[in-house]
Amino acid sequence: MTEQATHPILQVENVSASYGHIQALHDITMDVQYGEIVTMIGANGAGKSTLMMTIFGHPRASSGRIIFDGWDITEEPTHHIARRGLSLVPEGRRIFPRMTVLENLQLGAELAPDSHFDDDLAFVYSLFPVLEKRQNQRAGTLSGGEQQMLAIGRALMGKPRFLMLDEPSLGLAPLLVKQVFDVLRELNEKHNMTIFLVEQNAFHALKLAHRGYVLVNGRITMSGTGEELLAKEEVRAAYLEGGI
Amino acid sequence: MSEATAKTSETTGRTAPAPHAPVRNPVVEAAKESFMAGLLAAVLASFILGVKTVDTPTGLQLQYRWHWVLYAFTIVAVGRFFLRLFWWKANAALPKLVGNIGAGVARTTAPLGKWVGLALAITAFVLPFIPGIGRYELDIAILVLTYVLLGWGLNVVVGYAGLLDLGYVAFYAVGAYSYALLAKTFGLGFWTVLPLAGLLAALWGMILGFPVLRLRGDYLAIVTLAFGEIIRVVLLNWQEVTGGPDGITGIPRPTFFGLEFKRFGENTFHQFFGLEYSSMHRIVFLYFIILSLAMITFFVTNRLRRLPVGRAWEAMREGEIACRTLGINTTNTKLTAFAVGAFFGGLGGSFFATRQGFISPESFTFIESAIILAIVVLGGLGSQIGVAIAAIVMIGGFEVFRDLEEFRMLIFGLLMVVIMVWKPRGLVSSRMPTIFLGKERRAISADMVQEGQG
Repeated sequence: MTEQATHPILQVENVSASYGHIQALHDITMDVQYGEIVTMIGANGAGKSTLMMTIFGHPRASSGRIIFDGWDITEEPTHHIARRGLSLVPEGRRIFPRMTVLENLQLGAELAPDSHFDDDLAFVYSLFPVLEKRQNQRAGTLSGGEQQMLAIGRALMGKPRFLMLDEPSLGLAPLLVKQVFDVLRELNEKHNMTIFLVEQNAFHALKLAHRGYVLVNGRITMSGTGEELLAKEEVRAAYLEGGI
Repeated sequence: MSEATAKTSETTGRTAPAPHAPVRNPVVEAAKESFMAGLLAAVLASFILGVKTVDTPTGLQLQYRWHWVLYAFTIVAVGRFFLRLFWWKANAALPKLVGNIGAGVARTTAPLGKWVGLALAITAFVLPFIPGIGRYELDIAILVLTYVLLGWGLNVVVGYAGLLDLGYVAFYAVGAYSYALLAKTFGLGFWTVLPLAGLLAALWGMILGFPVLRLRGDYLAIVTLAFGEIIRVVLLNWQEVTGGPDGITGIPRPTFFGLEFKRFGENTFHQFFGLEYSSMHRIVFLYFIILSLAMITFFVTNRLRRLPVGRAWEAMREGEIACRTLGINTTNTKLTAFAVGAFFGGLGGSFFATRQGFISPESFTFIESAIILAIVVLGGLGSQIGVAIAAIVMIGGFEVFRDLEEFRMLIFGLLMVVIMVWKPRGLVSSRMPTIFLGKERRAISADMVQEGQG
């Protein structure tokens, strides 16, 4: 963590959210400081993806406030939130399968000035050289790992100040998980990118992150630094036993 | 197809078990199956082919021709029998061969796409001057080009933005009535009203767009279908303005820089150019109007696809949530798609009105929407050249087979089945990316690869 990590870039204050009558998030309070990597771990259905999407206003928070970089974004339309400099790598990647890799990246650059396009593209290609090889290929024909890289690359093309990732390790082979997480670490250390990721892969996520939260049934039950959480018996029992 | 057959043979195997014969005789199986198929054909044919109404002096009478039903039974049963034995077997050589030929043709014709387009465009420009092209041929060409224009317009909504619109005829109608009413009420000329009609149609596109912003797929299709019908019913019942079922007659014809295409009177085209009067002048003129309108549609939609708004359309087709998280305003994206599509529908409608000189709600029924949609789907969603070819084949084919009367619908249906079996993604199923880097510049084939899960 750097010196900058003294004021928060994202504050989530007492946020609840529901799908119809089913409440998915209960009174969530959390924050991410500038330059940090923060992870939220939890099992299937704990509400991790809902939290990500609620920050993006889809579904809307039914109570509480979400503040990004001093702006109250609780009620803002999703595409406005993206324009504030948040970028989301959605669950299941959601690349545009029938368009080429390059077109996908171009769509990510919708928010960045055109003059930056070449530099941003070069930057993404330096992080993920395989994307350059595949740039004129249909994105739907990429392997799962390449699609994940494309999704991250696409999110970076918009020059975000804050990168959010929803289960980037989902469905990836262990070697690819390591590769993706190494890139995230590099982004944070070399390029000072603030990162917030939700994960089921608790071990890798907590090793990577400076701080972490544990989400159970829509409530935050624990928080602490990555090492602290990794050392906790409850965390080990719930998320780490049975092989990593 | 072979999968489906495998299933049917399984089910027949289960319903008719042969207890002491573990090895089933394929010929017997095939015979049973073809008998059932023939029976089904006979039942259907007994209504369609077996009975004919004939006009006699005493009124309509039924004429029975049961031998036709027998023909239908025989053709279907024998055909199915042979298909079952020689064609639908797993790894049968013949379907494989056809598949290979199809793929080969697709491979060789893919790079030709540009040349085919160019050839079509050149042919279109010189068509009226080719000897042997008479009034009848030009009329068909005008009709085909109208559908090409409408297909390209609808392609923006269905092909690019992925919004299934079953009520496109509504905008066609808005364009036609806008022209007819504005021209007749205010005495405005075709060239003044044309853009206005387009804009009015675009406005209606946006009006339709608002309530369906949250809908996708089947639900969107049903609402747009209803919208098309609403417009037609309003035109039918708003007697004072639209003339109701009587329609509007005496719609002014377009002029060539103020010159009219009339035999007598002042300021006529043939007088000005010192030509002998010919009714062909007007037809050729109409032909070039629709050709230029179609070309404008082509270039505008093609250009839009490469602009941010067009990229957003295609991205929205691929995934709406991903779009929004990238900062794309999907509301505006949808509305612009509807508006742009409707605009060209309106242009087509205006042209239709001025060409016919008479419009009534009858010209704007659901079947028009269905034909335009079929052109877009058969041509290959999103492919402009495919849409043009599909329009030529479908509308032109309709006319060529006019002598066959009701049987042309049969041919039409057969054609659709054949295209959907061989080229399930339409005639031209590749799409040209809007951005390239590096040396390779090629279309991205859609049918050679399985769809990736995004």
